[in-house]
Amino acid sequence: MSQPILQVRDLSIDFVLEDRTIEAVKDASFELASGETLAIVGESGSGKSVTALALTRLLPLPPADIKGGEILFQGENVMKMNASQLRRLRGGKIAYIFQEPSTSLNPVYTVRTQIGEAVRLHRPDVTDVDAEILRWLDAVGIVDPAARMHDYPHQLSGGMQQRVMIAMALACQPDVLVADEPTTALDVTIQAQIMELLGSLKERFGMSVILITHNFGIVSGFASRVLVMYRGRIVEQGPTDEILRHPKHAYTRALIDCIPRLGSKERRLKTIDHAAIAAG
Amino acid sequence: MITTTPEPLPAAAASPAARALRRFKANKIGLFALGLVCLLGVVALTFFILDRLGIPWPMDPNATNLERKLMPPDSVNWLGTDNLGRDVFSRLLNGAYISLTVGFVAVFVSLSIGVTVGAVAGYFGKWVDNLIMRVVDAIMCFPTFFLILTAVALVGPSIFNIIIVIGLVSWTGTARLVRAEFLTLRESAYVQAARALGQRGPKIIFRHLLPNAAAPILVTAVLGVPEAILAEAGLSFLGFGVQPPQATWGNIIADGKTYILDAWWLILFPGLAILLAALSFYLTGDALRQAVETRSERQ
Repeated sequence: MSQPILQVRDLSIDFVLEDRTIEAVKDASFELASGETLAIVGESGSGKSVTALALTRLLPLPPADIKGGEILFQGENVMKMNASQLRRLRGGKIAYIFQEPSTSLNPVYTVRTQIGEAVRLHRPDVTDVDAEILRWLDAVGIVDPAARMHDYPHQLSGGMQQRVMIAMALACQPDVLVADEPTTALDVTIQAQIMELLGSLKERFGMSVILITHNFGIVSGFASRVLVMYRGRIVEQGPTDEILRHPKHAYTRALIDCIPRLGSKERRLKTIDHAAIAAG
Repeated sequence: MITTTPEPLPAAAASPAARALRRFKANKIGLFALGLVCLLGVVALTFFILDRLGIPWPMDPNATNLERKLMPPDSVNWLGTDNLGRDVFSRLLNGAYISLTVGFVAVFVSLSIGVTVGAVAGYFGKWVDNLIMRVVDAIMCFPTFFLILTAVALVGPSIFNIIIVIGLVSWTGTARLVRAEFLTLRESAYVQAARALGQRGPKIIFRHLLPNAAAPILVTAVLGVPEAILAEAGLSFLGFGVQPPQATWGNIIADGKTYILDAWWLILFPGLAILLAALSFYLTGDALRQAVETRSERQ
């Protein structure tokens, strides 16, 4: 593998509330190789989304407080970037797809306006913006993009909205795509379609992808490496197959056990017993 | 047996404005009120132009005729005459533009200030918000009408001063509203997404926040017009408004109040004019609010 495109070292983030301080992320270190797909897995509140937002310093400060650590993007320290460097980084180098496609699109603008805005922002050299919009809508598998691009978000289904979000992210031609629970708000059949789409786009455009999810079920077959977060700490990381087969940490085992299996004799779905994990 | 009729697909009206318009058109009271507002506008404009051209119709609003003073409505003076024999109908028509001008321009002034202040407070938050909102609270402590009255008494009553003063003291409600909208919208996923896309602060304010707050701003604007009209009428009634001989609805009532027992028409007709103007704006604003309430559709 080549030189890592993204390096995170000892990242610690606190949330300072009125009466207490929460350690959202504690000493997180990981790397993302160019073209690699990394999954960050953990339950709600484990710090995975916070870590993802911190990559481009999108966290609201306060309440968030970056206590320490550094983030290197292509060797450049994100922590030391000024406002205009950050704006170029966001979207242009590291693009995001969020969980809720229906609210991530601005309700008052058409698809064309919103993707066009992203293109003009990060690729000012593009002269035929409409052609570019059509190209990306086509790439994410939207049927009849010439008609759909004049639609408002509310006229599209959830799956289509997420495809538009992906098109908008890709249109900026980022090096890293951060997909923060991209399928959580969608129903199961659409989930599979979106994951398949992300997989094929990643191959086609050679991006690095960070997939954030609580669902180990969608990790296998998509990500080459997995990073498990629990209570703000990275408890385990390694190649996907290895972690799925031989999870070392009790929490990872618990997470994997939570995937429901067809034909299982178990009558109840597994849940995570935090006390047992804390006891080791 | 349960029968389901397939719901007809909505027409191609897709943009939020088009959908709001479609809903507004379905509201009969709103349409009627809007019609009244338009009629009022046409009347005010027509008689303003006639006045400037020096064409007194139906009569010169300021021509006195002491032989026909305090005449009840008849075929010559349709709405009667006042204590100086001036035609009430002419004076009413002539005063309409004052009310509307004050209404619209004062709202424009208050909206400009209110939206700017509210947007700054709501977008930047933290100490900026705190500082601005405490100032707003302080201004809101004063009863608006007395604040206007005092200010007009200090700067002198002229139509320009009245408009500015009403505008300057009535922006606080708008500021609060815009701030609240911005605080909510600022946290919305699409603003987060815009930030994640690397957009600038000003662009987020003008492209993402303001258009989404436009609907409630528009509603307050329309509802602000009758407030300003009533404020002007009140000022004129107290003698701090537009000065005689220029007729306004407020000062016709003020002049007539002495003769209230003998000449009911001096009070009734300008009173009705004020009522009708205010009511038609209120109803229009209310219909507009119903038409732009899209929160359920945003989901």
